[in-house]
Amino acid sequence: MKVIYLDNNATTKVAPEVLDVMLPYFSEYYGNPSSMHSFGGDVAAKIKEARVQVAKLIGAEPDEIIFTSCGTESDSSAIRAALEVAGPGKNHIMASRVEHPAIKSLYENLAKKGYRVTFVPVDGAGRLDVDYLYQYLSDDTALVSLMWANNETGVIFPIEEVSQRIKEKGIFFHTDAVQAVGKLPIDISRTGVDMLSLSGHKLHAPKGVGVLYIRKGTKFSPFMIGGHQEHGRRGGTENVASIIGLGKAAELAKQHVDANDYARIAKLRDKLETSLLERVTNSMVNGDTEHRLPNTTSIAFEYVEGEAILLMMNEHGICASSGSACTSGSLEPSHVLRAMGVPFTAAHGSIRFSLSRYSTEEEIDFVIEKMPPIIERLRELSPFWKQEAEQAKR
Amino acid sequence: MWEYTDKVKDHFLNPRNAGVMDDADGVGEVGSIACGDALTFYFKLDENGKIKDATFQTFGCASAIASSSALTEIVKGLTLEEAKNVTNDDIAEYLGGLPKEKMHCSVMGREALEKAIACHLNEPEKEVDGQIVCECFGVTDNEIERVVTENKLETIEDVTSYVKAGGGCEKCHDSIQEIIDKVHGIERLPRKLPLKLNTLQKIKLIEESLEKEINPTLKKDAGYLELLDVDGNRVLVKFRGTCASCSKSDFTLKHYVESRLRELVSPDLVVEEVQL
Ligand SMILES: Cc1ncc(COP(=O)(O)O)c(C=O)c1O
Repeated sequence: MKVIYLDNNATTKVAPEVLDVMLPYFSEYYGNPSSMHSFGGDVAAKIKEARVQVAKLIGAEPDEIIFTSCGTESDSSAIRAALEVAGPGKNHIMASRVEHPAIKSLYENLAKKGYRVTFVPVDGAGRLDVDYLYQYLSDDTALVSLMWANNETGVIFPIEEVSQRIKEKGIFFHTDAVQAVGKLPIDISRTGVDMLSLSGHKLHAPKGVGVLYIRKGTKFSPFMIGGHQEHGRRGGTENVASIIGLGKAAELAKQHVDANDYARIAKLRDKLETSLLERVTNSMVNGDTEHRLPNTTSIAFEYVEGEAILLMMNEHGICASSGSACTSGSLEPSHVLRAMGVPFTAAHGSIRFSLSRYSTEEEIDFVIEKMPPIIERLRELSPFWKQEAEQAKR
Repeated sequence: MWEYTDKVKDHFLNPRNAGVMDDADGVGEVGSIACGDALTFYFKLDENGKIKDATFQTFGCASAIASSSALTEIVKGLTLEEAKNVTNDDIAEYLGGLPKEKMHCSVMGREALEKAIACHLNEPEKEVDGQIVCECFGVTDNEIERVVTENKLETIEDVTSYVKAGGGCEKCHDSIQEIIDKVHGIERLPRKLPLKLNTLQKIKLIEESLEKEINPTLKKDAGYLELLDVDGNRVLVKFRGTCASCSKSDFTLKHYVESRLRELVSPDLVVEEVQL
């Protein structure tokens, strides 16, 4: 069966060009970049090139880039480093209520260790309550971490503006830009961001490689301590092939962003969204549709349950994600949708479609055709749907 | 992705006996939209008092739909007496097993069946059976005890998988553990405690425990405890913040604060809330 992959916020396919540049580094060129011979040195030169490619994608300098093992490691390293170098008595940390678990769980863990944690609310459309953020900054605030774009809804936070304000107050600012990098034009030099996390597998590089951007002059304390790799900021022999792949992926992503290729993806996304809303009653979009990633839509289908929808989609080879509790094994629906106040009737039946530059109109048309009968079928089974339909009639 | 058996997939994709039954002899409704799954179960009897027909309507994940479908197949041909003995395990077994995290779907099936039979026999709606332990999902101590005994559950996670209790705010975890221990006849040995403390050390340790352990946890609910006095083994505290006006505060005090302080400081401590 043909796979229709609309789950690109979960992970993406490795671009063929990326795979091509990686392969020789598994076979022919297996040298250690730290070695004192040119067999290793040539590999080091290639990593240097990758560093330049990644830096260009976000408007940074190459020596502001350190390679890590994933987005989660970048997030953890950034937060722990910020706390380590924060002055004494800086015991307060802030983030939004809709962060990815890479930040959310870490913060909850820090709260147990005695840090004072404030999670900033969002409104019904998933937009950050900026006033709340500024209001709760205090003298002991060590750090603010806000995601650039939300993985579930695609809603974009005003990071440029907010980071400047936070920086002016001398407070450390980190952003989890895992979902934003490669989908939006980003120029880090125009922001007040001290550290930024990104992850390879969200932008057509392989899984298991990430980047932490550290602004020049920012005090840093390494999370992984060992050899002098990454100038001592991240010990451990480099994941050479993946780093080289990420370099190529960054170069390709920059071309696509610069050429505004995402306008095409946004058009496909919009077609999918509008058509589904038209054809399925009691459905709505979760989150701000104005400030949103071009590839993402989260659609709530009321009175049906997300896992059941996904498994029926699976029968047609269509891959997506849901905000429902049942897919994760937890009992409550997504913390993101709950923070937005999405009612349970809708939250349990929310499906996230996330496109990539490989998505085609044909695929979107196929999904538009297959989705309405799936929802209808599950609604027929649902005891709440009849009640709802009867109420609507009255 | 869940590892569902082919039987689960089959009953999900081709549910048997789905639909409303207008002339049912018994109807049982369980669950709600907020909980993420709900089931309405219907049955009709033949002239010999055996279940002739059964149908269902379900809102929920694949395993909830499959469990409901399986239930309707299992009960057909049974007398009500026989049907009363159908357990959640029978449903899971019929489906070739369910992932542990999904066992609550089979429990929901059994509960709906029970309710439908009670409805037919015109038994009064069972009052809440026991004391509510998990407030998030409204699960009582008797329900937890039953599921622990019937399925030989050993951990809080198991209990959450079967009846959801403990899957929300997690405040009831200590109480669930107590029930599990009771069923298995375990007496928990008190944790090793530091050497005997003098009063000053004790007060200091209580203060520290409140500040580092207990208050940060309570803050999740936007409240905190203020230590007013320590009189021998009596710890006098006052609730501040929204906790103060919340009816759960008494419960939190007894089960959480006291047991934490006993563990961390001294096993003889008694916590008392001072009403000012
Ligand atoms: C916003 C966000 N942050 C962090 C991560 C974690 O990245 P990784 O999978 O590379 O650890 C993800 C990926 O799911 C994400 O979407």
